[in-house]
Amino acid sequence: MGILIDEAPVTIAARPRTGRRRRQGWRARLSPWLFLAPALLAIGVFKFWPTVWGAYLSFFNVRPYLGNLWLGTANFTRALADPDLRSAVLHTGIDTVTALCLSMLIGFGLALLLEGPAQHLRFLRTAVFLPVVTAMVVVAELWGTLLFPGQYGSVNGLLGDVGLGPYPFLSSPHSALASVIAIQVWKSAPYDMLIFVAGLAGIDRELYEAAAIDGASAWQRLRTITLPGLRPITTIVLTLGVIRGLRVFTEIYVLTSGGPAGSTQTVITYAYSAGVQSNDLGYASAIATMLLVVTVVVTCLLRWWRNRVEAR
Amino acid sequence: MSYSGTALGLRMPRGVTARRVVRVLLFALVVVIFVGPFWTLVATAFSGADFKLGQVAVWPSRPTLNNLGQAWQLGVGRGLLNSVIVVVVALTLQLTVSTLAAYALARKRFRGAGIVLLVIMATLMMPEEIIAIPTYLVLGKIANPFTDGSLINSYGGLILPLVGWALPIYVLTGFMKTIPVQLEEAARIDGAGDISIFFRIILPLCGPALGTCAVFGFLMIWDQYLLPLLVAQTPDLYTLNLVVTSLQNSQELTEGVRLAAALVLLIPSVLVYLLLQRFFTRGLLAGALK
Repeated sequence: MGILIDEAPVTIAARPRTGRRRRQGWRARLSPWLFLAPALLAIGVFKFWPTVWGAYLSFFNVRPYLGNLWLGTANFTRALADPDLRSAVLHTGIDTVTALCLSMLIGFGLALLLEGPAQHLRFLRTAVFLPVVTAMVVVAELWGTLLFPGQYGSVNGLLGDVGLGPYPFLSSPHSALASVIAIQVWKSAPYDMLIFVAGLAGIDRELYEAAAIDGASAWQRLRTITLPGLRPITTIVLTLGVIRGLRVFTEIYVLTSGGPAGSTQTVITYAYSAGVQSNDLGYASAIATMLLVVTVVVTCLLRWWRNRVEAR
Repeated sequence: MSYSGTALGLRMPRGVTARRVVRVLLFALVVVIFVGPFWTLVATAFSGADFKLGQVAVWPSRPTLNNLGQAWQLGVGRGLLNSVIVVVVALTLQLTVSTLAAYALARKRFRGAGIVLLVIMATLMMPEEIIAIPTYLVLGKIANPFTDGSLINSYGGLILPLVGWALPIYVLTGFMKTIPVQLEEAARIDGAGDISIFFRIILPLCGPALGTCAVFGFLMIWDQYLLPLLVAQTPDLYTLNLVVTSLQNSQELTEGVRLAAALVLLIPSVLVYLLLQRFFTRGLLAGALK
């Protein structure tokens, strides 16, 4: 995990004289732990305890007030055979990959269009970034209204002006997932844009000039200078996008609750409905635990790949 | 010849108007797509006209504050109060806890520092939504010191799970490492202890990094949905997010009222972003750890 913190602190504050140091030895040893204690307590209780507790409960039929019933691996075998969960996994996969790719492409396009120190570009970047800082609930309410299926829906009205539609968007099982993905991309592409802008700013401008003198076309410059220069930052955008996709919940719950006909059910919305609506907390814990394992594995793989790219 | 450089190093002679027109058109398109929806939200929220379901205003027709007033009576006021309580307390705790931890990680050499770092960074692989249901079960096991019950359906349950977050710890640790050690050495020779060094020397210099962490922490807390959905079980504890989505279910409400409620939820985050924008980019790249 080399990229996390660059290196262990090499410099230590002051070097007290040896005598004083021996006298205060235990205090000096204790002091860092006192500073760390609150953070470790918060993380331990609300991150690690739930993780471990969830994994443990995966082996039970959780019955509040009645006592939990040991099930062995029944929750897991049930999950593997559950067709609803399988389609939720499929939707999560489609959602993650499609939203990730589109958001990177559009974010990159926006970065090329809006990169630069000029005042009007900075203003435009600030404006375009608004969806990112907006709470997902607002985004969902707003687009739920704009994508209203009838001909009075605003987007349908605009499309009607050019002779298209009306489309059902979120209300049809055929287009609901695509609509959700489009909304996610609207919110995440500007984020990717800003990371790409930071990456573009780091590319040496003289390379472009040299290439231009050598007569390289715009496409050649993009392929041989811009894209290789952006490779480290692209790995960051990818990692962010994958985790964003695996944890998706709010927009789906608010917009469609997994419907229509289960067509937008993702792993977390499914775990939520199993745990809260069907009151099967053991099964929900098993699903959450498996998703967590997938997340950890994918993150580690991406990190390994990122270290390789950065080492190059 | 004069040039205007662009991202790709494409250099355009000033005289070529066709390309500039294309660029301006693209700018307009981008603004319509990414800012236009917000504009319709504001216009509809302040419109007194009767809209058909799904219809929005492009310009406020018959401007009015009635929508806002109606939304306020339907729980938006209480929701806003709850959200502000949660964000103020949670953010204060988050920043305090993170600054203390970062000081130890950046400035102390001690046995186990590597493992502590690994443990903190490992939480980045545990997104809140994924561990939300187990978190809810854990909250149910922790006794609430102020009532007979557990942390479920209490402010504590809404706030405490948000306190430990790796991002600010990481940002602050990186920043504190850049503060010259000489400052600290001088104070130590004068006999200052860890605590006074932390408060008198390190903390005052951490302003910019704290700004970054405050923006990101605010947005993260303001965006919480699944946690309050599980924890808040009576309307008096609903955060604004929950109030706004609960209005969705009342069919008789007009678009204007629902979007007015969404507007109340939108404004604080936009204000925080615009006011603290200069702190944003630093955290953006650190946020890439997530």
